[in-house]
Amino acid sequence: MNTKLPRQATIPDQQGRFGAYGGRYVPETLMPALLELEREYAQARKDRAFQQQLGYYLKEYVGRPTPLYFAERLTKRLGGAKIYLKREDLCHTGAHKINNAIGQGLLAKRMKKPRIIAETGAGQHGVATATVAAMFGLQCEIYMGTEDMQRQALNVFRMRLLGSTVTGVDAGSRTLKDAISEAMRDWTTNIRTTHYILGSVLGAHPYPMMIRDFQSIIGKEARKQILAAEGRLPDCLVACVGGGSNAIGLFHAFLHDKKVRMIGVEAGGLGVASGKHAARFSGGKPGVLQGTMTYLLQNEDGQINLTHSVSAGLDYAAVGPEHSYLREIGRTTYTSVTDDEALAAFDLLAREEGIVPALESAHAIAHAVQIAPKMQRNRILLINLSGRGDKDVQQVARMRGISL
Amino acid sequence: MRSTGRHARASITHQSVRSTSRLDQTFERLKTNGEKALIAYLMAGDPGLAETEELVLALEKAGADIIELGVPFSDPIADGPVIQQAAERALRSGTSLRKILLMVAAIRTKSQIPLVLMAYYNSIHAYGPDRFCQDATAAGVDGLIVPDMPPDEAGPLRGPACASGLHLIFLLAPTSTAQRRAFVARESKGFVYYVSLTGITGAKLADMADVGTNVEKIRKLSDTPIAVGFGVATPQDAARLSRYADGVIVGSAIVRQIAAHQNGGMVSEVSNFVHALKTAMVPGTAP
Repeated sequence: MNTKLPRQATIPDQQGRFGAYGGRYVPETLMPALLELEREYAQARKDRAFQQQLGYYLKEYVGRPTPLYFAERLTKRLGGAKIYLKREDLCHTGAHKINNAIGQGLLAKRMKKPRIIAETGAGQHGVATATVAAMFGLQCEIYMGTEDMQRQALNVFRMRLLGSTVTGVDAGSRTLKDAISEAMRDWTTNIRTTHYILGSVLGAHPYPMMIRDFQSIIGKEARKQILAAEGRLPDCLVACVGGGSNAIGLFHAFLHDKKVRMIGVEAGGLGVASGKHAARFSGGKPGVLQGTMTYLLQNEDGQINLTHSVSAGLDYAAVGPEHSYLREIGRTTYTSVTDDEALAAFDLLAREEGIVPALESAHAIAHAVQIAPKMQRNRILLINLSGRGDKDVQQVARMRGISL
Repeated sequence: MRSTGRHARASITHQSVRSTSRLDQTFERLKTNGEKALIAYLMAGDPGLAETEELVLALEKAGADIIELGVPFSDPIADGPVIQQAAERALRSGTSLRKILLMVAAIRTKSQIPLVLMAYYNSIHAYGPDRFCQDATAAGVDGLIVPDMPPDEAGPLRGPACASGLHLIFLLAPTSTAQRRAFVARESKGFVYYVSLTGITGAKLADMADVGTNVEKIRKLSDTPIAVGFGVATPQDAARLSRYADGVIVGSAIVRQIAAHQNGGMVSEVSNFVHALKTAMVPGTAP
């Protein structure tokens, strides 16, 4: 592997650049807010009281550390590498998204913004944000594509139960991308009173850096846990990649462990050849969307393509800029699995381990199904189980013609 | 990383760079006459490029001093619903940046009205910033507004724009700090685009006094003309803003007229509206 990996502190640089990727491509109206957020976050990062508070909520409210579970039956079934699951599905609200929502919620309080907004795809980030808003007593509005509201009806109701307003976005593909645009428009309009809790390592600087930092707890814990369990580092990490926050959260603590391979799994939808997918690294090229320079699914004129995935959380045209960078320097690799492969992995994990994964996380499991049998039995494969599948049960039932 | 736009280069004859641009000359002429610039926004290709070309020529006759041509983008984060829908119509009619430049070249055989493109950065990135600046200037484009590119990110465009004589126009907003104001005012060429409100295009116009105060602050930092846009809906709005600024930009209100008259009478309706806007901006006639 030919990697030139700068020290963590220098990535991104002052302009929010991860190599050629990242940056701050936003309307001028947002620039002062981004600069303020960057300053506040830089202070909070160094502020022991802030870090203590964050640690308190992660432990007492989220339930961290999450277990690193040896999936013994899945390992036997696949007949190759030992498979460990980092159980982010056991976080309060059912996914890793709350790690970031707590961090940014504390920042919103620190900046004295009484209102928070967020976009959501699968609804997990929306639920996490609505939860944090309830706990911190903040006013909250969640933007969600109407297509996603239909496939994730349960999460829509959960957010409303938590006291948030859920606003449907009926533009474009009516999915995550359109929800982000609408949230950015809200933020542009209400910037003085509102903090935008972006849910993944996307958007303009400092979001990709800040969200990475809040999610990097996943990898820090997992690294300690695997060393305790096995006395050595894993051979390979696997995580699904929509925007890529669970993946970067797992990968970051291992970036300097050169022997640890890292694989991001994108949504292959109906197959990359069909054009109906969200595999940015197979079908995309660099461009600018929603504040950042990164790999995008776009046509020759730079218009953003519609994406498809059975998983709302992976159904997005851009990938986090740090992933584009890590791939370019050869530190990480990316692949994709189809809807059908993910659905098969969804069933497999439920039946072999009694864990119903989120359809997003099922993509990571599906890739493990492909590679684990080819690995020796003394190898270790560590998969980030980023969320639980309760939210997907209705959709999967519907796809199978079962009405609940 | 480099952009690799593969589409055929627009067949545009490259001319020598003008010493003074049409944009600068227009602001100078208006200033001499004690007038303010009416900058009319059209979404290029809404409903089709033939109609846009016809509208540009008609609006010049109706009193528009400068035309801003929107380049349709699938995900316009700075725009409200009126312009979002116009972009969707334009994309459905097959509009591309390359075709827009060909239309500009065709307009240039008939008119010398200053033309400014408003394009999201990805359209330019996909085309290739160097090639875009050359082709746009050669076609007869005078200025460029990129709503999602603050001057901090303008590196790849600054050199080629400067070399070809294309003015990079940047925006300032009510939220801009003194530091941002100084930076943007210095970077902006042709005019400074002051966003009248904290929000997106087509929103409700904010406090006029606030606009006046902010325009005065910018004026102290730069001799570049200042044009105010976002939320200008009526001739009365245009008249009030023209007291403070050197130009007034009207977008969503014009695009709304185009949307409402797609089945006939579009050119004359929009011309009448633009004429009313310009008339209201002439000093002494304001209500």
